[in-house]
Amino acid sequence: MGEGTAPRTLFDKIWDSHVVERLPDGTCILYIDRHLVHEVTSPQAFEGLRMAGRRVRRPDATFAVADHNVPTSDRSKGIDEPESRLQVETLESNVAEFGVPYFPLQDARQGIVHIVGPEQGISQPGLTIVCGDSHTSTHGALGALAFGIGTSEVEHVLATQTLLQKPAKNMLIEVQGRLPFGCTAKDLILAIIGRIGTAGGTGHVIEYAGEAIRDLDMAGRMTVCNMSIEAGARAGLVAPDEKTFAYLNGRPYAPKGEAWDRAVAYWKTLPSDPGARYDTTVTLKADEIVPLVTWGTSPEDVVPITGAVPDPDSETTEARRAAKRRMLEYMGLTPGTRMQDVAVDVVFIGSCTNGRIEDLRAAAAVAKGRKVAGGVRAMVVPGSGLVKRQAEAEGLDRVFREAGFEWREAGCSMCLGMNADQLKPGQRCASTSNRNFEGRQGPGGRTHLMSPAMAAAAAVTGRLTDVRELVT
Amino acid sequence: MQPFTTLTGIAAPLPIPNVDTDKIIPARFLKTIKRSGLGKNLFDAMRYRADGSEDPDFILNREPYRRAEILVAGPNFGCGSSREHAPWALLDFGIRCVIAPGFADIFYNNCFKNGILPIKLPPAICDALMEDAKLGANARLMIDLERQVVVRPNGEEIRFEIDPFRKHCLLHGLDDIGQTLAHAAKIDAYEAKRRAAEPWLFA
Repeated sequence: MGEGTAPRTLFDKIWDSHVVERLPDGTCILYIDRHLVHEVTSPQAFEGLRMAGRRVRRPDATFAVADHNVPTSDRSKGIDEPESRLQVETLESNVAEFGVPYFPLQDARQGIVHIVGPEQGISQPGLTIVCGDSHTSTHGALGALAFGIGTSEVEHVLATQTLLQKPAKNMLIEVQGRLPFGCTAKDLILAIIGRIGTAGGTGHVIEYAGEAIRDLDMAGRMTVCNMSIEAGARAGLVAPDEKTFAYLNGRPYAPKGEAWDRAVAYWKTLPSDPGARYDTTVTLKADEIVPLVTWGTSPEDVVPITGAVPDPDSETTEARRAAKRRMLEYMGLTPGTRMQDVAVDVVFIGSCTNGRIEDLRAAAAVAKGRKVAGGVRAMVVPGSGLVKRQAEAEGLDRVFREAGFEWREAGCSMCLGMNADQLKPGQRCASTSNRNFEGRQGPGGRTHLMSPAMAAAAAVTGRLTDVRELVT
Repeated sequence: MQPFTTLTGIAAPLPIPNVDTDKIIPARFLKTIKRSGLGKNLFDAMRYRADGSEDPDFILNREPYRRAEILVAGPNFGCGSSREHAPWALLDFGIRCVIAPGFADIFYNNCFKNGILPIKLPPAICDALMEDAKLGANARLMIDLERQVVVRPNGEEIRFEIDPFRKHCLLHGLDDIGQTLAHAAKIDAYEAKRRAAEPWLFA
């Protein structure tokens, strides 16, 4: 893409404005504006810098927080588990040595890195944002080009503030019309993944557009962009608009005063030009979406809550039939079982997908005045200390506690089971997280992905439940 | 990084679609601050039974595949997380080349940073290579990166495509950071321009 007069997409514009140099084969040195760092994928990168005698080029553009394996129970006495403690201590000594800003565990600003970035105003339209975590796609909700990288690239960004990249292809997903009652951003993105598959977006950056996307609040847009990676795309984007500006205004790291006005003027130039070309276009009708749950071990295995466990024999190839049979065996499900008859053992509400205040409000609205079903363990893990504080100010913690939910400290928690929050083998979980892979929430654990309201509904009935039957 | 030029070795068949990074290396093994030592937990859930013993049905627990250096895999291999622990675990086990009909973007990229060659080939060709990989002691493939060919046990050569820059780096075991820093003056100039235009992004 040149910088001439040809109409450009939002992605093209951000890309073009960040190319430091184009190498002969088309690989670009791409400038990175914001680098988020956490404890799991950074130790080897800092070690690499140290061994090469390099420094962090821009500590002021780098932000660190521990989230993946921090405990979500009382942590006033530090971290019990020796390996987790070592990883967090290693991060703390690295940020001290290299001068990187850090939100410590005791700081209210600590939380899941993808909740913290937008919350602090670190993530802004038109920026390039990277992190050693695939759910970095979340920040695309603000109109930033944000994607996950491996640890070697973390080291590359720390040392050079750039990455070697080739431009991705442009995919437009247009969601027309309005989401029906009971459907949320989570149902929307699950519907998209169900439609295009987990490799559907490979090689692409997805721009989400259309009335249903414009209608979403910023939290909903973050939920959608978050799971772009589950559709195979490294990044998802939503064009910045007045909602984006209102969300950012006044946040600690957002520009202020005259700088704010200049920034907004620039941000308004970012949306895709009329006639901009996309390599792939997908159209969905929002009014056809119903509350969804996953039944298998890939995020593309979605089914309406009113539906049943599918039959592997309906697949077209033997490889696919074998894969689906393996999934059903792992999930302990039989074809034809109504999804609403599937009983759950655990409910997890949280994660970078659905750990924001809006998600907790939606779950609390269902939990209010009800009780967690007998034998079910239900936990709420706010996405950050500030989300937790806000929820407590609104009395949501009381709603959850009175209903029998655990109210925990911020972190990634049972989304990936790196800390003590894990499923036991065979346990079935209604989860607001992003991946239902085998063993993701603990060895042998069985995950059904869904929205926060649907997870809360499962908690109070003890089975997968159509939330539309509980709320009016 | 160890250069990749040619590789002749045992190819193990793993005909499963969407092998995700949690399957390659579960999150609970990511609590390390080193790159090495992850090979023992490669494909942990498939490789070991609940009591910790090896599952003899899993391909990499069988001879000659314990010594596999090449993996022939299903579509969308490496989907999921960005964890570089996935290629580190493969490398630590001894795998230096993965052949599949498709890879997830981040995993694909991470391979090149660690001297692992991911080769994308059409599904029908992968099916043929999958059959080759089932030949036990004869499941040997030869990879020649310079010539961009996979040589089958029957001698047939299959050409593959690879990005020229990545090929160059892999052939010579080049460190990306050193190469990028050769352009440091360009980065300085770019940064100065941005600092003038958007000073609020700089502390």
